[in-house]
Amino acid sequence: MAKKENNNRRDFLVISTYAFGAVGAGSFVWPLIDQMNPAADTLALASTEVDLEPLEEGQAITVKWRGKPVFIRHRTKEEIMSAKKENLDNLKDPQKDEDRVLNEKYIVLVGVCTHLGCVPLGQKTGDVKGEYGGWFCPCHGSHYDHSGRIRKGPAPVNLEVPNYKFLSDKLIRIG
Amino acid sequence: MSKNKSKNSVVEWIDYRLPIFTFLNHELNEYPTPKNLNYFWNFGSLAGITLVVMIITGIVLSMNYTAHVDYAFDSVERIMRDVNHGWLLRYIHMNGASFFFIVVYIHIFRGLYYGSYKAPREILWILGVLILLLMMATAFMGYVLPWGQMSFWGATVITNLFSAVPLVGESIVTWLWGGFSVDNPTLNRFFSLHYLLPFLIVGLVILHLVALHRFGSNNPIGIDAKGKQDTIPFHPYYTIKDLFGLSVFATIFAAAVFFFPNFMGHPDNYIPANAMQTPAHIVPEWYFLPFYAILRAIPDKLGGVLFMFGAIAVLFILPWLDKSPIRSSQFRPIYKLFFWILVFDCILLGYLGAKPAEGIYVLLSRVATGYYFFHFIILLPLLPNIEKTRPLPISISKPILSSSSFSTAAAVREKK
Ligand code: HEM
Ligand code: FES
Repeated sequence: MAKKENNNRRDFLVISTYAFGAVGAGSFVWPLIDQMNPAADTLALASTEVDLEPLEEGQAITVKWRGKPVFIRHRTKEEIMSAKKENLDNLKDPQKDEDRVLNEKYIVLVGVCTHLGCVPLGQKTGDVKGEYGGWFCPCHGSHYDHSGRIRKGPAPVNLEVPNYKFLSDKLIRIG
Repeated sequence: MSKNKSKNSVVEWIDYRLPIFTFLNHELNEYPTPKNLNYFWNFGSLAGITLVVMIITGIVLSMNYTAHVDYAFDSVERIMRDVNHGWLLRYIHMNGASFFFIVVYIHIFRGLYYGSYKAPREILWILGVLILLLMMATAFMGYVLPWGQMSFWGATVITNLFSAVPLVGESIVTWLWGGFSVDNPTLNRFFSLHYLLPFLIVGLVILHLVALHRFGSNNPIGIDAKGKQDTIPFHPYYTIKDLFGLSVFATIFAAAVFFFPNFMGHPDNYIPANAMQTPAHIVPEWYFLPFYAILRAIPDKLGGVLFMFGAIAVLFILPWLDKSPIRSSQFRPIYKLFFWILVFDCILLGYLGAKPAEGIYVLLSRVATGYYFFHFIILLPLLPNIEKTRPLPISISKPILSSSSFSTAAAVREKK
């Protein structure tokens, strides 16, 4: 009996030593891993203001936000119509056009293909815009529509809509 | 030849305390090696030498390289134009990476052809696959350092592969980048790791050699050496053969460095990285093309990533997938045929990886990917059931069989 108690006591000591050792090692390893996450100054660069005044109907501009391109497009009436009347059943990642814009004239998208991160074509006038007239990613062939929704190709989801708000009629802040 | 009885008393004094000379003598001089090795056995030592060349040129390149997005591209151009012999050092390092992969791929296919991964060399083989993985990581990160368009977009596409991981994918990618896109923090850590990983490879190479020297080299007929009559000492026989192979290799390598230094590279990497514009066709370095083809063959993002890593993962379990006890293809007529189909399949995948992912190329990639996995997962385990293997020779010294000399030991082995 005395021996058994002694064993329990031993086990307890051994297990708690391992546990403390593991916690200690873990709290040393965590800073080593976490230092690779975005640093405070990288996080601080997180917002950009854009003036939409010079952007005519049918034109698009690309601005840089957090090191990535953001597409802003002043859509034409036809483009808005075609984006709105799309039947959601046809979509891989169903989302209404209304839920992707604040003002239906302007579509604001992160210009990074949701497949593996290339910048889709379609901002410049001469660009290939894909079968749905929005954007086309040349890397592995993803087609996006006027709302930036994925229609064809390997990309799993729609182009991301960044966090932004209208500071006035023609001025937005992204991030 | 058995003991290191050096005449030099200093050597003896040291060896008594630190038996390094005995060790070297044992492993590099008298080390008994099968006497029938062919030139495919040169590629191991060539890989080792190439690794050393990469480390030496890498260290001196680092003395002139600046790991910062604003300076990296220019610092590499400065290496090319202004640093004394910089062009030579960079071209050796740049082409050295390609030659390293050529040598290692031949080395691997040698192993596949002669069954070198079979018992008792499974761990030796697994260490080799680990080396391949680390080499791939090293080469990938090295290619990012010059910060050209292909550097940047290659890094973007490959790091984004991890976003396919369910739930935590995005966090992993942000963590890899140290930001919200491939940027300065990414470049810095890639440089740090690019410097580190080759030294880890050296560590694995040492373990690879320890495992090799446990049972010695396999050989073209794949049966164990059965005594002194089957082996010759490593030195001078294989040292001289390796040196001869090295001179041929160095000649070809030099021809590439001096006459076609950019043949295996991509011209877009001489355009500075631009985060706002993707080049029209992103292709990885040639040595990644077969894997890239597999990635694109699968129409699902996560699936593509899994199959791509799976293509290497099957190599880890290969020693247990191939159930035939006969090592060398020389005695396995059907396996030999399928071996060559696999070689062709891999080259085809490489070709498809360089083509745009559309039309017939997609279909072909799927077929070739399917065949690759069929070979390892279905064919190899089932083949021994139907394959009639040729009789094995009695020993390395008596490779020619007359019906009377067909030993029972070999017959038993063959039946298994
Ligand atoms: C396994 C061995 C290695 C491989 C496969 C490898 C591969 C590569 C590749 C493919 C590049 C890009 C070349 C280019 O296009 O310019 C590169 C660049 C570079 N590597 Fe390595 N490397 C290895 C070892 C090392 C080591 C050990 C160091 C440092 C000690 C190093 C330092 C560098 C530097 C500073 C660059 C940038 C300069 C340049 O681009 O030429 N490398 N490496
Ligand atoms: S990155 Fe756009 S389709 Fe692959």
